[in-house]
Amino acid sequence: MIRKVRPHINQNEPLLFERSSPGKRGYQLPALDVPAVDAAAVLGGRNTRAEIEGFPEVSEVEAIRHFTRLSTHNYAIDLGLYPLGSCTMKYNPRVNEQVARIEGLAWAHPYQPESLSQGILEVMGALEKMLAEITGMDAVTLQPAAGAHGEFTGILLIRALLESRGNPRKKLLIPDSAHGTNPATATTAGYAVENIKSNARGMVDVEELAKSVTEDVAALMITNPNTLGVFEENITRIAEILHAKGAMVYMDGANMNALVGIARPGDFGVDVMHLNLHKTFSTPHGGGGPGSGPVAVKGPLAPFLPTPRLQRVGSRWTWNYDLAQSIGRVRAFYGNIGMHIRALAYILAHGGDGLRNATKDAVLNANYIRTLIEPYYDLPHKAPTMHECVFSDDRQSKRGVRTGDIAKRLIDYGFHPYTVSFPLIVHGALMIEPTETESKDELDLFIDAMISIAQEVEENPEVVLKAPHDTRTSRVDEVTAARKPVVRWKPESTSGKAAD
Amino acid sequence: MLSAIGANSIEDLFAHLPAEVRLNRPLDIAPGKSEYEIVDYFKARGEENANGYASFLGAGVYHHYRPVLVDTVVSRGEFLTSYTPYQAEIAQGTLTTIFEFQTMICQLTGMEVANASMYDGSTAVPEAAMMAMRITGRDRIVVARTVHPEYREVLATYAQHQGMPVAECGYRRDAGTLDEDDLEKRVDEETAAVIIQSPNFFGIVEDVRRAAEIAHRRGALLIVVFAEAVSLGLLEPPREADIVAGELQSFAISPAYGGPFAGIIATKEKFMRQMPGRIVGETKDSRGNRAFCLTLATREQHIRREKATSNICTNQALIALMATVFMTVYGKEGLRELAEQNLAKAHYLAGKVPLRFSGPFFNEFVASTNGRAPDQVNDGLLKKKIIGGLALGRFYPELENAMLLCATEMSRREKMDAVAEAFQG
Repeated sequence: MIRKVRPHINQNEPLLFERSSPGKRGYQLPALDVPAVDAAAVLGGRNTRAEIEGFPEVSEVEAIRHFTRLSTHNYAIDLGLYPLGSCTMKYNPRVNEQVARIEGLAWAHPYQPESLSQGILEVMGALEKMLAEITGMDAVTLQPAAGAHGEFTGILLIRALLESRGNPRKKLLIPDSAHGTNPATATTAGYAVENIKSNARGMVDVEELAKSVTEDVAALMITNPNTLGVFEENITRIAEILHAKGAMVYMDGANMNALVGIARPGDFGVDVMHLNLHKTFSTPHGGGGPGSGPVAVKGPLAPFLPTPRLQRVGSRWTWNYDLAQSIGRVRAFYGNIGMHIRALAYILAHGGDGLRNATKDAVLNANYIRTLIEPYYDLPHKAPTMHECVFSDDRQSKRGVRTGDIAKRLIDYGFHPYTVSFPLIVHGALMIEPTETESKDELDLFIDAMISIAQEVEENPEVVLKAPHDTRTSRVDEVTAARKPVVRWKPESTSGKAAD
Repeated sequence: MLSAIGANSIEDLFAHLPAEVRLNRPLDIAPGKSEYEIVDYFKARGEENANGYASFLGAGVYHHYRPVLVDTVVSRGEFLTSYTPYQAEIAQGTLTTIFEFQTMICQLTGMEVANASMYDGSTAVPEAAMMAMRITGRDRIVVARTVHPEYREVLATYAQHQGMPVAECGYRRDAGTLDEDDLEKRVDEETAAVIIQSPNFFGIVEDVRRAAEIAHRRGALLIVVFAEAVSLGLLEPPREADIVAGELQSFAISPAYGGPFAGIIATKEKFMRQMPGRIVGETKDSRGNRAFCLTLATREQHIRREKATSNICTNQALIALMATVFMTVYGKEGLRELAEQNLAKAHYLAGKVPLRFSGPFFNEFVASTNGRAPDQVNDGLLKKKIIGGLALGRFYPELENAMLLCATEMSRREKMDAVAEAFQG
């Protein structure tokens, strides 16, 4: 039985371009207080354009209705559990949004004098310090724009340190359970990739790893807890193996929500890692960004951090550009400051104990889900669960129902699906991460839904295979979208569909 | 919950962690604060920054008015607290707005396809360069010195490990435009792409057609960068470019001390499969209704892993939405009028100070400080609560007695008069 939702009336909305009428406008500009100039005269006639063909022309009320109607076609954390594994979809506190809009912070120009920027620099300095404490590392850069950008930065740091020792080496070892960004990053940073197989418990096989660690290996890129939500129990030994051969340990911090206040990567042999402020530190995901991917390092890597470095000189903050060994810039200016403000607000609100409690609740919630749905779904790896649990569709696929179908059926029950078909080492994976911000009531509704769907698979698989049934958009034909890509509106391509 | 799990305490759930990895003390972070205290803390930090100053800084970050509708829309939880629209059936809101965004970026830039956003303009540049390498099978890049200096620094960071030698092409000391003779000499049969910016870092409109001719004659691609998107309301778009890489901060994104912003890459349809980043496409649902979904994912790292076109995953969707709302509110007439106001303000101010270059400019320009250090002029202005221009010596040693000044629709006449006065004193 579906308890969480029932359908309601939802507005249709055409594309902006179909809604436009010539001459409609939703803006006002003040009267010009200087003489107008003739654009063609000062810029040259061939440098000025005719009107922007097809650009929208709508009134203010049409604009607000357009975007408000579209917003109601979305699911969001604000509507309920969003258990995308490895994405850490926790509540985004609204006070963070408010403080990020404070005028002196939001309207600060990156080139304004340092003497007029001390407030924002203090925010960044405080965040760097707290992230170093949380990770157990020695230095932090806030410059990278997102997780994958942080990975890229971290790998360049490793390359720079090894190069300074005479040999940057050739390859990175990456477990087969890793996020796809890890191998893509390795290539961007000029390294070859060697995959490391996981053992039956879903962890890095230490013996296999030892064989792969040669003088050609620059680093291991490891996610801990890994994408199965399993803590790599041999992490200290793994780090020793790498270090013994002069290689480094890079940790993907995507799953740091399982560790904050409990264990610190800097204490278990990690040399460099990134954090995703949009995961662990509650900055909103915004439909796919902006994120922020600070990188934390041990002392030997600190001289190579991106230019510029924030520095405290006496009682003032200042930017240091005089960094002979730096890898250079990975981004213009200093990073996604708006996300830094929000993350600091999150840390200040929680305090040290609060952060630790959040971690405990996240692990409790994941274990609760694991225990209660394990009788109905195959759990291929039995190692203890941290912040997320990964099932497979092994049982359901015998009835012709795959993880993607179960995911779509969850939508009818009022939930966003879990992460589908990842990690790759689990065939037909269901990767579930509830986070700490969900109540027992919401978890129980989710568990009931999962159990109910498992029963539907046995009794009436068709209802699952054709899901979702009650959404305004039914199953979307992604195959045709990729085969014949239509990636922009054109007047002719959508004629006759204006009333959609 | 614990009894359902079969644990005595939450601590039990961590019992499997090896003792040596556990943190055996509390984090050294002060106890949690109330909402009021947090607001108070950040208000105090805001007060320590420039407040109530007029600013004439541009240089890649522009002070434009943000229509109220922008914040109203992006504050809706349905947009703010959703993630990458993997599940199309319950993400049509985000997917539709991205499709509209891609369309508007094409209309603005004169390109045929655009992606759903990049981190920012600076990282869009190396991504565009790597895309050109994949398309041409060549590895050399020529970049104009009139491209934003920090964008060029980011390009250098990416290039050094891509086997991608980067050469810089100079500028004409009189006009402030790309030195086309120098470009001719530097482009050869191994050049993958020529990268120029227009308006360039000095605010000057480059001759895109001429640069395209030089690049294309040798089989290289032309990448045109823009940092001031409002200029596209008035300027002929870079139709001759093969790839356009740009920064949308001007479209209602607060300066926020440098980010978050949103970059874009747009290109010709034939290069679409080499484009990095997310792309939304139109399709139908099983009932035959129009629907949108993420598409061409086989380029991306989830599937291609080390063979992906880029490692980018999370991009800047909410910022792209802000830009989408901005473009909607201003629309066809408004963006042009906004650009015309910028042009008028900048030319008013430029008429009162000594110009360093003769090339045509949009809303920023280089002013000579007549043998004085730019800081001398700026210090005087700070006393009047005016932040002057960017001293250029840090990026261009030969321009140590020059500053980059920017005027937008936000610049008031009396403040511009005060700037002009400071140049005389």
